[in-house]
Amino acid sequence: MTIRRVKIFSLFERFWHWSQMLLIMILLFSGFGLHGFHHLIGFETAVTLHTLAALLLLLLWAFSVFWLFTTKTWRHFIPTLSGMWQVLRFYSYGIFKGEHHPYRKAYWRKHNPLQALAYLMLKILLFPLIWITGLAYLGYFLWRDLPQASDWLTGFAYVHTGAAYAILVFVLVHVYMLTTGHSFREHLMPMINGFDDVDLTPEEEAYLLKDEPENIR
Amino acid sequence: MRPFFGRALVALLVGLLIAADALAQSQWPTPPATPTPSEQISGPLTGGTADHTKFEILQRAFATGSDVTQACLSCHTETGRHFMRNIHWTWEYKNPATGQLLGKKHLVNNFCTNARGNEGMCAQCHAGYGWKDENFDFSDETKIDCLVCHDRTGTYYKMPNSAGSPACSVMFEGKPEMNLSRIAQSVGLPERANCGTCHFNGGGGDNVKHGDLSSALKNPPRTLDVHMGVDGLNFACTACHITNRHLWAGSRYQVAAKDLEGTGRPGQRRDVATCESCHGLSPHRVDSIASFKRNDHVSSLACQTCHIPEYARGGVATMTHWDWRTAGKTRDGVGYHEHGYIQGNGEHRYTYKSIKGTFTYDENLVPVYRWFDGQMQYTTIDTKFDIDRQPIAINDFSGHREDGRSRIWPFKRMHTWMPADMGNGTLVYTHLWGEDDDSYWGNYDMGRAIAAGMKKAGLPYSGQYGFVETVSYWPITHMVAPKEDALGCESCHARGGRLEGLDGLYIPGRDHNRWLDLIGLIAVLGTLAGILGHALIRIVSSFRGQHS
Repeated sequence: MTIRRVKIFSLFERFWHWSQMLLIMILLFSGFGLHGFHHLIGFETAVTLHTLAALLLLLLWAFSVFWLFTTKTWRHFIPTLSGMWQVLRFYSYGIFKGEHHPYRKAYWRKHNPLQALAYLMLKILLFPLIWITGLAYLGYFLWRDLPQASDWLTGFAYVHTGAAYAILVFVLVHVYMLTTGHSFREHLMPMINGFDDVDLTPEEEAYLLKDEPENIR
Repeated sequence: MRPFFGRALVALLVGLLIAADALAQSQWPTPPATPTPSEQISGPLTGGTADHTKFEILQRAFATGSDVTQACLSCHTETGRHFMRNIHWTWEYKNPATGQLLGKKHLVNNFCTNARGNEGMCAQCHAGYGWKDENFDFSDETKIDCLVCHDRTGTYYKMPNSAGSPACSVMFEGKPEMNLSRIAQSVGLPERANCGTCHFNGGGGDNVKHGDLSSALKNPPRTLDVHMGVDGLNFACTACHITNRHLWAGSRYQVAAKDLEGTGRPGQRRDVATCESCHGLSPHRVDSIASFKRNDHVSSLACQTCHIPEYARGGVATMTHWDWRTAGKTRDGVGYHEHGYIQGNGEHRYTYKSIKGTFTYDENLVPVYRWFDGQMQYTTIDTKFDIDRQPIAINDFSGHREDGRSRIWPFKRMHTWMPADMGNGTLVYTHLWGEDDDSYWGNYDMGRAIAAGMKKAGLPYSGQYGFVETVSYWPITHMVAPKEDALGCESCHARGGRLEGLDGLYIPGRDHNRWLDLIGLIAVLGTLAGILGHALIRIVSSFRGQHS
């Protein structure tokens, strides 16, 4: 096993990540404006921004789901308990002692168990919650004449708002996590240039060197 | 691939720009102001085919309006029969849902209270001649007043049908002589001023009653009413209130509060005067996300709600409170009046009249907003109410988000202290106008006027009169502002906005769940605190690490 610098985030993943970040920022900002928490932009502008950003994000998600399944990279998001305890112990104890992060990125698994679980929850719980309720809201004109439509809309609005709070919590923790382990910069760079230190098996190393030399340094 | 995408993108952008530019020019669907005023646009009949000055039968002197009517009917042979079915003639409307007899002939309102028993004065606005008591013949076609609606000279007027007490009849002295021959030859389709003769003066004065119908609409600028504006579309009332055999579209007694059909094909839908009957069910051109969302609002908001941001505009005030309790004060034994309100156009309005009491006026008013299913319910002379539960709604209405017929509508709310039978818990017919000694507008004796009014109508009266607090609601539907003056989103999508307190719907920006927000904020702030704590411990422990 050798640690090499390997390209683990493809161009699409990086594009996906950053455009998703931008759109989520816009959505949080305009959404909490619509909710009445601030009046930095007018309601009409907020509706326009929020709707546009949401539609773009849905499009992006559609692409990324397609990409995840065709490239089989969905496997990075499968949760596992193995190593979870060590990671949790690190963040709640070891980190204060100056210990090293217990997880080493593997080529087939670029997220640590906690990350995988967190991202999975984001993908299969929070995101669907927010986009299903958001689409229901956006498409209200299609079902507004059903009985109790207004009560349903209220329910959707609450779930939508609740999910938004949860996503904001995720964003805060996610950004803070960049400061842990190595340095902020070291965490950030892989998502910019794609390359990170990865623990490679000899087979993986041999394969990369032979067949994908541009992805290993 | 790349050049293709590039070209497609450029084409798309150019297309959007052209579309946006075209939109900006057409200002759809709101027409721009025009410098040269056109003739008032009436209903489908605009463009007459007869010049009435050429009609021999009209080229003579007429002694009375009724003589003119007979001349009219000699050519318009079926019009009398048609006309007699409409509410301008019958003053009666039977509510098909409740069976209640409504119409001016029966109703009590909280302005001049009742026409019944006061026809000598009130029936000035009846589209007929000579209705002064119960003996009026409603089958006599020659008594129809054609001229009040069809006079185009603006010189036609009617006097009260009976003389009344000298104290009041002086108001009508000194009116200029009419040339009925000239008036008869001038006839044409009704203009706003014709309808306005009565409809602008409901309740006893300019804009007193409705709030959205005033003399300001005779020659309004486009900014006061985008449809009637003389520098815009210049619609006459009948452009929307289209007629079929002298029956008008649009009813105050049964409002089409939610139009589910929209525009019809030519020849269809001649029974409604809703906004949708011209503008359709998706009135906003979908050229942006916001306008798409605006169209969503059509199911729950009447167009009027956003497009009539204020009523009693244009410089003419409307009455908001009327206190009959103070009526009857005299100076040196005679009635008097006080000016006390100068309205936007500079005219003075009475704030006190001995014959009526104290008035309060206001202008540029924000309406009251309520769910409305189009059905007005009336407290009529037959309704018994609990006098301890005031204010009593002279008219009220129903409506709810879920009934499929309701939308949020703007209303004027009128508030009045008015006479009532405290013993029986009913409203009363007050005998206001008359030559006799019982009429209030002469003797200032309310008890006697009520006793006479009730006796005349054959109704029970306990003999104890008093004053009850009442309200009435008037759907606002005229004085439609140009779209640039329509309400913006924040008018309702904000805490404390115009729809504050209106239930049955979730309004983003106004509504939120307190617990959800509390938990959400605790979660976010807790996370921030946790991060700060975690970071602090890391910093402190790293210092310790360095020391050791």
